Amino acid sequence: MRLLRRIWRSTVMAVTGPVFGVAGSVAVLNAGWIAPRAVAAMVSKWYRRRYADLIGVAITVPAPGEQILQQFAFHLLSALLSLIAFVVVVGSWAFSFAGFGWLAFGWARPGDWLPYGDPVAMSVVPVAATLLLVLGIVAADRFTALELALARAMLEPNRTAVLTQRVDALTESRADVVDAADAERRRIERDLHDGAQQRLVSLAMNLGMARASLADADPRALEALTAAHDEAKLALFELRDLVRGLHPAVLDDRGLDAALSGIAARSPVPVRVSVTVPRRPSRTVEAVAYFVVAEALANVAKHAGARSVEVRVSTSDGRLHLMISDDGRGGADPARGTGLRGLAQRVGSVDGSLDVSSPLGGPTVIRAELPCES
Amino acid sequence: MRVVIGEDSVLLRDGLVRLLTASGFDVVATAGDAEAFLRLVSLHRPDVVVLDVRMPPSFTDEGLRAALVLRRQYPEIAVLVLSQYVEERYASELLSGPPSKVGYLLKDRIADVGDFVDALRRVAGGGTALDPEVVSQLLVRRHRDPLERLTPREREVLGLMAEGLSNSAIAAALFVTESAVGKHVNNIFAKLDLPPADNDHRRVLAVLRFLGFGKGSQNFTEV
Repeated sequence: MRLLRRIWRSTVMAVTGPVFGVAGSVAVLNAGWIAPRAVAAMVSKWYRRRYADLIGVAITVPAPGEQILQQFAFHLLSALLSLIAFVVVVGSWAFSFAGFGWLAFGWARPGDWLPYGDPVAMSVVPVAATLLLVLGIVAADRFTALELALARAMLEPNRTAVLTQRVDALTESRADVVDAADAERRRIERDLHDGAQQRLVSLAMNLGMARASLADADPRALEALTAAHDEAKLALFELRDLVRGLHPAVLDDRGLDAALSGIAARSPVPVRVSVTVPRRPSRTVEAVAYFVVAEALANVAKHAGARSVEVRVSTSDGRLHLMISDDGRGGADPARGTGLRGLAQRVGSVDGSLDVSSPLGGPTVIRAELPCES
Repeated sequence: MRVVIGEDSVLLRDGLVRLLTASGFDVVATAGDAEAFLRLVSLHRPDVVVLDVRMPPSFTDEGLRAALVLRRQYPEIAVLVLSQYVEERYASELLSGPPSKVGYLLKDRIADVGDFVDALRRVAGGGTALDPEVVSQLLVRRHRDPLERLTPREREVLGLMAEGLSNSAIAAALFVTESAVGKHVNNIFAKLDLPPADNDHRRVLAVLRFLGFGKGSQNFTEV
């Protein structure tokens, strides 16, 4: 069955070949120089349908506008091939049928056909006709295989092009994901700022007013009130830390320098900051840069035992360079600490690179490079 | 004393109106965005305004920009800026004019109603009120040589001076005698080459001038 189906399919291919070949080459030769992009895409689509519908083989065609000349070359070459295939296959069958026909008629009406009965003709004709029949089948099969090989070599985009397309698509979708995550942090920050924080301030204020006006109330009630007031203030303090950590609003309206001087000022270890960035990078890159410095300073405060830290931010060759160095005890290992690994992931998410040098005994120097075109 | 309030959170705005009214202020108008706020201020010409940094439409620093406009156009109106987080950069901009009749506090400070009302009165009376967090950020940001000569206690006293506190208030805050504070203050003035002064406001002015404010433009790239 499979053999029969294969014979049938390749035969259909050989017979229908010239239709595509002629239509394709007419289109390419007449309109190809007017609208090369459209014609290439259209004819290639015909061929893709031909392989998919007739023999169930999926061939991917180049994206519109890519490899146009190569597509045209394939269209013309395969047209030529399909003509040859058609002539060979259909020709062999024609002669084969003629031979068998001659034998059949001769057998039915002996005497009318002169050479009939001649021993040479009687032995050569059936063998030749059978051979031609087999030749037609084999030729159809081989020509189909050849055309497919040609299509794979010339029509299908090559591996590099496919990978390039895929990398482009992945890069773009990853950038979208990173931007979306960043936007989400901003949104949560906004929501907390407008909602919970205002409510808590208001609550703490009301408790404060109650506390001030009920100074001579029942001492137990006053004690409860005082505790509630202090709790509310503590909650405000904790929420403030959390919310600023999500996304500092000052980063958006004043930029990296202002936001970094904010965290530098909050750091328990003295920090020197110098930011030389003539043009502001994208919001996402700014946010990544900010969080790299924030996380690095938090690590310094927690682990380094340093007496001072220096933060430098500068740009060159379309890259944003960050350097955070401290005079602490060193020994920071990106493989162990989740903090440093988190930094590397964040930097990697925008195609940046992170380098940590932290020999035992210090000093620790963290360098990061982020893209910052326009 | 007449007050205009600029705050977009209705809850907090109403709370502030109640608090200030109860404390003897006359709240003449309230606004939910910076534009309306500026309009109301020019209409009512209050003695003092209280306003939030983040307001509609963009929720970034409208309030701060409104405060700067106000300080340029109506220098006689005292401005108290409230913010959910204090930023050294905002403080620098706010203090770049003459450092008087100006305050910058964390919103959290409203909770301590007594202190908050005191700070507002101080600002309205021509003084300053800087949040302790702002002061510590400013001190860290400008640790130049003379500051390193101060003892930790003197730095503490300098911070409280910058917040606008008087010697007796500093003494109460640090649990020391007023004469001990006076000695610290004199040491600070000597170490920082600031002229001695009696008046609270001139003290703050001297401190701020030392920190690099009140002289117009400054350079912030150098720490």
